[in-house]
Amino acid sequence: MITLTQLSTGYDHKVVARNINARLPKGKLVSLLGRNGVGKSTLLRTLAGFQPALGGQVTIDGHDTRQLSRTAMSRLVSIVLTERIDVAGMNVTDLVALGRCPHTGFWGNLTPADQEAVEQAIHTVGITPLAHRPIHTLSDGERQKALIAKALAQDTPIILLDEPTAFLDFQSKVELMRILASLAHEMQKTIFLSTHDVELAIQSSDLLWLLSGDGLETGTPAELSQGGNIARFFSEVDARYDAAHRVFLLNKEP
Amino acid sequence: MKRKGIFLLLILALAMLAAANIVWGSVSIPASAIWQILRGKELADHPAWHFIVWENRIPQMVTALLCGAALSTCGLLLQTAFRNPLAGPSILGIDAGANLGVAIVMLCMGSGVSVGGMAVGGFMLVIVAAMAGALGIMALLLVLSRWLHSAVMLLITGVIISHLTSAVISLLNYSATEEGVHSFVMWGMGTFSGVSADRLPLFGGLCGTGLALSLLLVKPLNALLLGDRYAASLGIRIQATRNLLLCCTGLLTATTTAFCGPISFLGLAVPHLARMTMRTSNHRTLMPACMLTGACLTLLCNLLCTLPSDGTLLPINVITPLIGAPVILYVILHRK
Repeated sequence: MITLTQLSTGYDHKVVARNINARLPKGKLVSLLGRNGVGKSTLLRTLAGFQPALGGQVTIDGHDTRQLSRTAMSRLVSIVLTERIDVAGMNVTDLVALGRCPHTGFWGNLTPADQEAVEQAIHTVGITPLAHRPIHTLSDGERQKALIAKALAQDTPIILLDEPTAFLDFQSKVELMRILASLAHEMQKTIFLSTHDVELAIQSSDLLWLLSGDGLETGTPAELSQGGNIARFFSEVDARYDAAHRVFLLNKEP
Repeated sequence: MKRKGIFLLLILALAMLAAANIVWGSVSIPASAIWQILRGKELADHPAWHFIVWENRIPQMVTALLCGAALSTCGLLLQTAFRNPLAGPSILGIDAGANLGVAIVMLCMGSGVSVGGMAVGGFMLVIVAAMAGALGIMALLLVLSRWLHSAVMLLITGVIISHLTSAVISLLNYSATEEGVHSFVMWGMGTFSGVSADRLPLFGGLCGTGLALSLLLVKPLNALLLGDRYAASLGIRIQATRNLLLCCTGLLTATTTAFCGPISFLGLAVPHLARMTMRTSNHRTLMPACMLTGACLTLLCNLLCTLPSDGTLLPINVITPLIGAPVILYVILHRK
């Protein structure tokens, strides 16, 4: 479980979001929603330990992340980023095998147990037929699944994903969210992702984080729907939120 | 497995090319005589042959081999670190630093130092100057890399440094004596014959150290293929890795440039050849493949240098672009 206490994120002296208090529980799929520039990526990077918090603290199972070494962090948190990966000569198995880095020895050789973990991860996300395909030949959806397999092979209790559904076609978006939900529920992982696919996130997540300039609201999709928080959060949109069906209906043209 | 087969072929090619480098040269010596000399027998009627084999051809063969392995490894390290297929020792300005050091010695001191009949003191001075230049640029890059976190910025810095040093070298050339300019131009053409038998242990030791240190980077380099953030999330210490990497490339480039001149294209081209033949991105395979391929290619280039029938040697930098340029063109044209 990740706990954020009075957390302020940002760069150098520019604060992007301040005084965030929230928790990411085990076994839950949590989606972070918010407009561009509100600090979603900054928050994810702060949780991953790539940039220091400007104030407050992040703890993982009670350990302050500032006290954790790179190696310790690499066994707790794995990531899937938006930056494109295109390495000549690398296939899916090679990519997923890199996820074993925190567990392998000095030369990075894979033991039979490591190889087993790699195969299992590839199987879990359902891309076994692609195992030997060069990654530059994969579609966007297939590449995201390979990266999630890499995160699974890393065998961490927490997986952070920065806009994993961006650029995917609708089928792939739905499939990806289903995979992530089942990983959270069946493998008891904490899965935290940022996304702009609002309805998909509302329908498939266990918890929602709504981040805006005013601060962070958290809750289950049901709570936030019934309480009117989602409708308020997207009040600038020219659409009406149907809390019963958890969808947005575009307002009729006048 | 297929890769093992390629490795065996490379080792076989290396052995054959090494032997060919001892047998062929600008002076024709029969193979049987060379065999006698290698077994330690003195040939009474040709005392000079003994000297040619032991003091000239063998050191030159070992120098070419080490130089090829060193430059190719540098290229691989830099291409992975900067995630740029066109990165090489020269792009970062490291060998420009070595050039500058040599230019200062040869052009400012002019007549006292010339490559042809160079005194030992003068030769050592050139080496020390090249080392100082290359290590100076490397130190500058190390310091700058604390602020320049993006690989692209560091690459641009390298290019700027290269331009600055060549401007200074032009200025030195402009005001130097004719003799100084000539010896600097000769050095710039590259040769593997500059390392004599008694200087070989120093050259070999420096190259060996750089190559051994590079091997320590295999695992971090594999993680770095995915970029700094992914590598960090996999537990790799980015800054420490980058520092060791710059030290390795600095040491290897400085050593080879100082002893052999700026050898062009090999560092850039060989990693691509290794990737094409091995069909992998894993540095555990790529790095030894680069070392072997680089060594084979420099030995081949060195053989080609002896081609003119009149007994003269072609400069090595006349040959390397003939092999390097097509490879680089291929890489550029086949990028998606």
